Amino acid sequence: MATTAKINVSGNDVLEALRGFFKDILKTDDIKAILVPQHLPMKDMVMPALVADPDQLDNADPLAPAFPINTAKIVSRLTRKPMGAKIAAVMRPCEIRAFVELAKLKQGRSDELLIITTDCLGAFQNRNYRRYVERYGIESTLRFYQSVLDGNIAEMEGADLASACKSCEIPVASNADICVGLFGVDVDDHLLVQSQTEAGTNFLNQLKLAEIPEPSSRRDAITALVAQRKAYRDEMFASTREATNSLQKMTAYFANCVNCYNCRVACPVCYCKECVFVTDVFNHDPCQYLRWANRKGLIKMPTDTIFFHLTRLVHMSTACVGCGQCSNACPNDIPVMELFRTVARVTQQAFNYQAGKSLEQDPPLSVFYEDEFPEVVGLGV
Amino acid sequence: MEGCMQDFEPTIIAFVCNWCTYTAADLAGTSRLHYPKNIRLIRIMCTGMVDPQYIIKAFLEGADGVLVSGCHPGDCHYINGNFKARRRIKLLKEILPQFGFEAERLKLTWIGASDGIQFAEIMQRLVAKVKDLGPSQAKLVMVV
Repeated sequence: MATTAKINVSGNDVLEALRGFFKDILKTDDIKAILVPQHLPMKDMVMPALVADPDQLDNADPLAPAFPINTAKIVSRLTRKPMGAKIAAVMRPCEIRAFVELAKLKQGRSDELLIITTDCLGAFQNRNYRRYVERYGIESTLRFYQSVLDGNIAEMEGADLASACKSCEIPVASNADICVGLFGVDVDDHLLVQSQTEAGTNFLNQLKLAEIPEPSSRRDAITALVAQRKAYRDEMFASTREATNSLQKMTAYFANCVNCYNCRVACPVCYCKECVFVTDVFNHDPCQYLRWANRKGLIKMPTDTIFFHLTRLVHMSTACVGCGQCSNACPNDIPVMELFRTVARVTQQAFNYQAGKSLEQDPPLSVFYEDEFPEVVGLGV
Repeated sequence: MEGCMQDFEPTIIAFVCNWCTYTAADLAGTSRLHYPKNIRLIRIMCTGMVDPQYIIKAFLEGADGVLVSGCHPGDCHYINGNFKARRRIKLLKEILPQFGFEAERLKLTWIGASDGIQFAEIMQRLVAKVKDLGPSQAKLVMVV
């Protein structure tokens, strides 16, 4: 049975209330450390930090519109082998989904992990966040969550949410252990805490928070937000499809690509330990390039750009959680997320699969059945 | 336009499994059956080892069609390679059309070792189908 409780907010300071909650979690006997986005002392950048000392949580900031890395990769690193202790991790919904995909591939384990999430307010692209935090300093997160909760998500004084966030239809996770609710909650007074798993329920009961019912405004607020996101998303799908529906258009779409493979490095679900594109398979013989140039008249260098993106789509589109780190990592502003999400939508639907939804759903290419997809076989009529 | 279509000789890359379809092709040959010269056979041990990359590469290099052909369900020498291939082809048939490669250019068939006659017939039908589709866009566009 799920538990719904509240954390009191005093002085309108949501962040301070969250920090207090994290400290209480860290003070329990079960949890030895907590992974949480934290302002770094030397510069006002927010990075995930593994905090073992509750007194070091004063700079924790899970609501900052900063999303420098998909934490699923960090959590995978922390849980790939038994640690001998249990940790908590504060993750965005898309980070949890990516972690679920990695856990299915045995690249992470959840048995020593307590996943905590907050309603996701979204984030800026890296460069926009840097500008924002330079302008508003210590106040920046406060300004940000207030304007988002007031419903002002489109334009935030010049800074704009990343398009991955604007098109995200899952701003509230359903597969964390504990979820901190903000949408439709009177955050000046309290935050909502809900358990989403049995482990979460057991843990919350131990904290002995005051139980309250979920306010009826919460469902409505989430439904309205999701509808807004879906509208943006569907428009994005349509325009991206139109921009890439032929090889010529796709070639133009990726004309700025320099094969740096940052998108692949930043992608939380690009699961290969060694990418084939950095192996000798693609380190062609010098004379091979000349042969290609002779045959075609000219070849663009570096080669295999479209080949790379198509291969990546085959490898990870069924696992794509739409976090947008690919676009964040692109040095040449290619809208990578837009295309990958558009394709992923189709491939995931084809296999009746939703990336990151639950550990029980097998990745489409890890299973097969005797009687399936008869339309794929044969020459057709 | 029609005349131009008549002249069009497609290139079709066929990945055929050692145990069934390649053997069928061999049988077609030793039986002196005719099949079109547009088919370029690549023998592989099992359709389950056809990496989607091979198919993407073939299309980007200008193949007008790609065929993957192996054993009938239940006959796979490696028990279930053909079922794995079917999922991969399904995936590619979802992805490639989004970039203008018609799904009909990619085919998966099961042709058993003793199906020499069927092999020749299927190759003829396949070539006719790809001829109807016309040349692949990768032949007309610079691929980066």
